[in-house]
Amino acid sequence: MKRTILLALCALVFCANNLGAVDRKTLTIASEGASPPWNAINSEGALAGFDIDVGRDLCRRINVECTFVPQDWDGIIPALTVGKFDAIMSGMAITEKRKKSIAFTQPYAGGFNQLVVRKDLNLPHTDTSAKLNLTTIDAEKQAVLDQLRAALTGKTLGVLRSSNSEAVLNELFGKVATIRSYDSQDNMHLDLVAERIDGGLADYFTWKAFLDSKDGGIAMLYGPQLSGGLWGPGVGVGLRQDDRELIAAFDSAIDAAMRDGTLKRLSEQWFEIDVSPQVSN
Amino acid sequence: MNTAIVLEALLTLPRGLILTLALTIASLAAGFAVSIPLAFLRASSNPWASAPVLAYTYAFRGTPLLVQLFLIYYGIGQLSLVRQSFLWSVMREPFWCAFIAFTLNSTAHTTEVLRGGIQAVPRGQVEAAKALGLSGFHTARLIVFPLTIRIALPAYVNEVIGMLKASSLASTITLLEITGLSRQLVSETFAPYEVFIVAGALYLLLTVLITQAFQILETHWTRASTSTADATSMSKRAPKPSLAPRELDAELHHRTAPSQTQQ
Repeated sequence: MKRTILLALCALVFCANNLGAVDRKTLTIASEGASPPWNAINSEGALAGFDIDVGRDLCRRINVECTFVPQDWDGIIPALTVGKFDAIMSGMAITEKRKKSIAFTQPYAGGFNQLVVRKDLNLPHTDTSAKLNLTTIDAEKQAVLDQLRAALTGKTLGVLRSSNSEAVLNELFGKVATIRSYDSQDNMHLDLVAERIDGGLADYFTWKAFLDSKDGGIAMLYGPQLSGGLWGPGVGVGLRQDDRELIAAFDSAIDAAMRDGTLKRLSEQWFEIDVSPQVSN
Repeated sequence: MNTAIVLEALLTLPRGLILTLALTIASLAAGFAVSIPLAFLRASSNPWASAPVLAYTYAFRGTPLLVQLFLIYYGIGQLSLVRQSFLWSVMREPFWCAFIAFTLNSTAHTTEVLRGGIQAVPRGQVEAAKALGLSGFHTARLIVFPLTIRIALPAYVNEVIGMLKASSLASTITLLEITGLSRQLVSETFAPYEVFIVAGALYLLLTVLITQAFQILETHWTRASTSTADATSMSKRAPKPSLAPRELDAELHHRTAPSQTQQ
């Protein structure tokens, strides 16, 4: 019995440390595949989207062979740290909290987040094209947030589990609304259509794909375009902290893709607007 | 192993105990109540009675509970027919969807467990009851059912433990029971090992408690039914077990006495 337990423990430890030397000729990149247009599973069952196209371009520049694997969002960071794949490209925002566990490249895209509510709630009108950066809150912004809070009091709001939106939603509306966390954006959309929830907070482009779909007609954007704060500087490639070489390689590849307009082109192709980081120097 | 996270998990996860136990106990209780009549139908020699029950138990035992849960939660939510009816006030709530799915599943399993018990009751017992002039219903209530419960108890314990573990699936429909809270905590800490080890230990603890409780019940019942001498000595020390044969004697006298005077 004792020996069996010891053997089992050994097996566990080996699984956990299965980070042997990664052959740098090939890389495995994980993406959720459920947040179009960032990433989705296409009709052939393969990953496709902005993240995937950018990833392919970066790999070409680094000169490595890349395979993309789908991975559920709420296990994506632990799976990277134990070496199930080598990188995350999944519309993941660079945040301080995530930086404690993994490393990020410089951002390869910006983006913003927005609330969506069901049209039949008839909530008071808001300006959905206004921009609100949560990094610093002044009196004017506080007034806008207070209005939102009043409108959403007593409502049930959905959000993707372990997203920054979840943290923001809990911080802003956790006291006045019921928050339900979903394991995928798709399941949240289903419950929104089924009227189990009144609204939700998520990445704007993901919402847009849903709002433009047949089912999305029942909902609308609500409140200003939210960014900053917990969402950090933008979306980057997630890598293991000890993969110094790889981080540097990806960083210079992103730099090159930004300079020659590739990121801009891909962004306009998938989002219809340019969310690529601006060349600063 | 990060002990700080283990501690946090130890403080956080027990909050999900109430929901885990509520789901498990409620669906087991409802499932048990419904499965008693179904088990008798299923054990009946009349195919018109047993075939529909068999079809039901077959379907619910032969498909994954997760699929059943999704069909009930996401599937029914798509039907505008249901959404416009009074049913929606119940089906809106993830808790009730989980309760309904678990109950349907548990009923199917429990029905088969009890059916096995019913068919294992010795023929002689039933014939003796007939000879005493007991009606079919009384035979079922006083002879077959008490024996069935004792025979089926070990198999039923498996169902109870199975249901406890299956309740973790409720986390897939936004419910925050032990597993739901674990997943939430993992999403905050990115430390699945520490958190899920604590969650596993919690479930294990519950399983041990359930097993112990049923073991006590089992010894209690077998002692109570081995000999009347034993049963009387027991009744001095402990409250009389509800299924003791002496109670059955009293019932029998009570039932047969009036009919004798009528003759």
